[in-house]
Amino acid sequence: MTEAQAPTTTAEVAGMGHSMKRKEDPRFIRGQGEYIEDVVLPNMVWMDIVRSPYAHATIKSIDASEALAMPGVLAVITGKDLEKAGLHWMPTLAGDKQMVLPVDTVMYQAQEVAAVIAETRYQAADAIQAVYVDYEPLPVVVDPFKALEPDAPVLRPDRGPEKANNHIWHWESGDRAATDAALAASDRVVPIDVYIPRIHVASIETCGCVADFDPVRGHLDFHVTSQAAHVYRTVISLVSGIPESSIRVKTHDIGGGFGGKVPVYPGYVISIVASLTLGRPVKWIEDRSENLQADSFARDYHVHAELGLQNDGTITGLRVKTLADHGYSDAAADPSKFPAGLFNVITGSYDIPQAFVEVDAAYTNKPPGGVAYRCSFRVTEAVHTIERLVDEAARVVGMDPAAFRMKNFIRKDQFPYHTPTGWDYDSGDYHTALRKALDLIGYDELRKEQAEKRARGELMGIGISSFTEIVGAGPSHTFDIIGIKMFDSAELRVHPTGSAILRLGVQSQGQGHETTFAQIVAEELGIPASKVKVEEGDTDTAPYGLGTYASRSTPVAGAATAVVSRKIREKARHLAAHLLECSADDLEWTNGKWSVRGSPDRFKTIAELAFAAYTNHPQGMEAGLEAVDYYDPPNLTFPFGSYVCVVDIDKGTGQVSVRRFVAVDDCGNIINPMIVDGQIHGGLTMGLAPSLYEEIPYDENGNNLAGTFMDYLLPTALETPAWETAKTITPSPHHPLGAKGVGESATVGAPPAIANAVVDALSHLGVTHMDIPLTPHKVWRVLHEKGVA
Amino acid sequence: MIPGQFEYVRPGSLDEALRILRDREGEAKILSGGYSLLPLLKLRLAQPALLVDLQAVGGLDGIARTDDDWRIGGRATHRRILEHDGLAAEWPIIRDTAGGIGDPQVRNWGTIGGSCAHADPGSDWPAVVLALRGSFTCRSAGGERTLAARGFFLDTFQTAIDATEVLTEVRLPHAPGRTGSAYVKLERRAGDFATVGVAAVLTLDDSGRIASAGIGLTAVAETPFAATDAEAALVGVVAHDEAFGVAGGIAAGQARPTSDSHGPAEYKLAMVREITARALRLAASRAHGTA
Amino acid sequence: MTTQHVSVTVNGAVREADVEPRLLLVHLLRDVFGLTGTHTGCDTSNCGACTVHVNGESAKSCTMLAVQANGASITTIEGMEQGGKLHPLQQAFWDQHGLQCGFCTPGMIMQSAWLLGTNPDPTDHDVREGIAGNLCRCTGYVNIVKAIQQAAAELRASEPEGAGAASA
Repeated sequence: MTEAQAPTTTAEVAGMGHSMKRKEDPRFIRGQGEYIEDVVLPNMVWMDIVRSPYAHATIKSIDASEALAMPGVLAVITGKDLEKAGLHWMPTLAGDKQMVLPVDTVMYQAQEVAAVIAETRYQAADAIQAVYVDYEPLPVVVDPFKALEPDAPVLRPDRGPEKANNHIWHWESGDRAATDAALAASDRVVPIDVYIPRIHVASIETCGCVADFDPVRGHLDFHVTSQAAHVYRTVISLVSGIPESSIRVKTHDIGGGFGGKVPVYPGYVISIVASLTLGRPVKWIEDRSENLQADSFARDYHVHAELGLQNDGTITGLRVKTLADHGYSDAAADPSKFPAGLFNVITGSYDIPQAFVEVDAAYTNKPPGGVAYRCSFRVTEAVHTIERLVDEAARVVGMDPAAFRMKNFIRKDQFPYHTPTGWDYDSGDYHTALRKALDLIGYDELRKEQAEKRARGELMGIGISSFTEIVGAGPSHTFDIIGIKMFDSAELRVHPTGSAILRLGVQSQGQGHETTFAQIVAEELGIPASKVKVEEGDTDTAPYGLGTYASRSTPVAGAATAVVSRKIREKARHLAAHLLECSADDLEWTNGKWSVRGSPDRFKTIAELAFAAYTNHPQGMEAGLEAVDYYDPPNLTFPFGSYVCVVDIDKGTGQVSVRRFVAVDDCGNIINPMIVDGQIHGGLTMGLAPSLYEEIPYDENGNNLAGTFMDYLLPTALETPAWETAKTITPSPHHPLGAKGVGESATVGAPPAIANAVVDALSHLGVTHMDIPLTPHKVWRVLHEKGVA
Repeated sequence: MIPGQFEYVRPGSLDEALRILRDREGEAKILSGGYSLLPLLKLRLAQPALLVDLQAVGGLDGIARTDDDWRIGGRATHRRILEHDGLAAEWPIIRDTAGGIGDPQVRNWGTIGGSCAHADPGSDWPAVVLALRGSFTCRSAGGERTLAARGFFLDTFQTAIDATEVLTEVRLPHAPGRTGSAYVKLERRAGDFATVGVAAVLTLDDSGRIASAGIGLTAVAETPFAATDAEAALVGVVAHDEAFGVAGGIAAGQARPTSDSHGPAEYKLAMVREITARALRLAASRAHGTA
Repeated sequence: MTTQHVSVTVNGAVREADVEPRLLLVHLLRDVFGLTGTHTGCDTSNCGACTVHVNGESAKSCTMLAVQANGASITTIEGMEQGGKLHPLQQAFWDQHGLQCGFCTPGMIMQSAWLLGTNPDPTDHDVREGIAGNLCRCTGYVNIVKAIQQAAAELRASEPEGAGAASA
């Protein structure tokens, strides 16, 4: 275990372990990034969308005549128009379907009802006000538990009479009977009910597109803020019937994704239809309220979990029953075989002999979803539950939460570790990470301070979270989305003069792919990272890939990049043998060159070999130096970490402030330490956000109560603490670089540390659980009930 | 979010502005900093026919000390007020308030007159002017009148200003000796509108008793208002934590908060009690010269 | 639709256009003048992605009308690099990894520039207060604070001898 592995390349080459400054930044710091709203095409027109004020209503009529007569208005598109082409519904990634535009019923507030196309953005905005829709409100279902009651209105009659209810699916994992037996044989069973509320990724850039259909060429250029361009192309082809060869999806720079830019939204399909209809480029950019009210949400899991314990604190089993609120359609972006994502990683960092997990999903009158919020397929929900539950279990058996974790952690010598729900953890050293975090924050001193403060009536809490992530989906035997296996790809071409271009199927949204993936090539081939151009997000040129989400870029595309580099290296070896007039078997690779074993002064550099590949390759060898790799990971990777957090609570107002937060992360070998730290800082802030500030609540009529940034409260620099980060390094044994992925660890791991700290601050008052977000009024209510406030 | 259509004029003098307001009565809306009005226009919650931008009207953004009072121009920005040392020395409450409005960009452009005339129950200045028993000078083509802050705020987004008038000046009295003042704002996050805001001013007599008290409350009724019952209860009482707690309870008795995303009404009432006591405590310590 | 003529100095050059009175300043800059470095993130003046300088003061250009800026001098992110040399803030954001997706970055840099103009030697808390009207979803602000402090130190060091004392 070390803080960071030492780089083996020079700073000029900048392979792994170098904090190379980012290659993408020169354009961003000058305001020269090219985001979707910056795309302007000749003859382009604008689209704006009429949205429903009701969460559930019948559309009696739509009168667009006044809008159509307004200056600049070119068309108004309704569900009835789309119905003629069979485009009023579209498939979701989860195998359900959702409306592009409704023909007769709206299912959630702010649902798209009609689209107006006009010459300018301002004309379109004016015209949507002149489309008159006559609604007849219907009963609204906002509570998923009520949705499953027998007398609940059936929200999706389109599913046919055999599915005349709001139940979407049931999914389970683990051994029910063995788990029941284990819990029955336990000294005690500790239950917890956790609600992980609906939140929104709220990237600072909203979603948008420019659909550009050229009727002469029969070709669609689709510019869009997508984390998964290739899947978009396939879906668009399937829905529209345009051959994939006649569709080019281009992403440009993306102003943050976090999962929200994985789904194909109705606005995209309408834009394409509009461009097909008008033969002109059609631009659609959401405003913030549309983004918060209609785009896919995250979370919304109601979890009941029980932990079996022996009196000495040994965990015997875990049983979990969950209800998932998907809104009116299951539009989750999860792998096909995992409708609840990887939620069954809920046994976490603990050696739990038996576990059983079941999830049911329900329809409600809310926007369809869900997607991740910077998390790998429902892992945040799992980690939040188990980390809250082990804290509660420690309290019940009278142990310190750190000691309880240490007692039940999977030991280092148990890896690879097979979990009772079927995962094979690749590597880990949980005890070391927690010990390091406790030491860094000064845990024992803090406990003393807490005791003193408690005696004075002050409220201070310390919270721990020791999470295990599951990222890098995924092996093709198990993982696909709409049937497409979750491999990813890299295509590398080394030019005659020694520089190179690397094209990838993944998609940076700020992670710094142009830098880190170049560093992988630098590591493997010795070509300076500055001379490796990285290209993504153009389906005409990039190899097919599933895109970037769920921290899969480094585990999958990073591996593909390493492997493709090694393919090139192998070809270069034969070129070197030719040039050095020796056997390829006599060559060894060091620092970017092949040299004759035992004669280190006889060598050829990668640059020389690249030149030879085009100018002096041996007869019988194919010219050029390029390769492609579609990497099918043998397993997922399992990053982990231990976080410790200190909070202070204002007794009078219920306000929680995070005083300190130490994050010890282990993501295996590190490509660029600066970027890894940046990912952790950002991830922690997106862990803080739903812990204390963010939630999308609905009232009983299905009205979204956080539809602007005035009520959906992203943390500012003032609420965000100065994060303290550290590392342990436990390489992945199966990843070519020993790397694991890191983008989401902190978002997954941070919320339970904060929630545990708040509960810890109040535990002497008899508080055993509180749901996030821990808003002042929620904390105050507890204090009030306990007679403190 | 795109505003609806309107006309725009930028008069070069106050007389010209007032003439336009008279000629286009009911159609025109005054544009000062824009940080209150533009969001309403973009959400199309307001659709005036004409915006009258006062930026070229001179003499409306000064801060002047006269023998009788402080005169703050209606177009003085929050930032200009924040940075005025003389005002802060006499009325620390002014700096408390100005520094907590919105964010730096909002403070650069938002104005005290715009804020008070807009009369959002959640904006901070009205409670301060109420607590200090200040007044507003309003000018129309027909002349000038001065309206006491108490009685000025009629309803949500509604004041005693006539549609043909411009709020030209906010007047605040001078602080008597042994006076302390404070504004305490409870917000969910930096830059947020107040969950509860309390403006408190206390003047002590030689014996340490409260000679006069002013309390203005933000965001807990359909308008900002003065907690007159609590003020009355404090007069003649020794400035003391217990009295402040009692005053907070009385202030809550006059509050009529609604439940919203800031919290349920019950919480807001409790926060009126808590924040009122805190503001009074801080004001008292400033009156004593200990803060 | 009636239009009004606006003339503004943007990054030192006079630019003119006939615009609807309701045109937002951010759209004048982006859609009329093609300066797309200034972004829109929230529409309600909470996120600060659209921050530019108007007559030297930082402003949210999504909450200002183009006609309000008529006659004003405006600086956008495109005007920060001078003579082929990055502004110290641009350099510092790059050096300190103060950006990830880059979408909030132009507004963040413009607000930081204003902040350092009013407070050349800020504490970390001053910095955080100064950028409280600019939301970043990627970085967690840690490296943004570092970047602003790096630029502050550089700007202080490059100030002519005695200039600080003279203005005090």
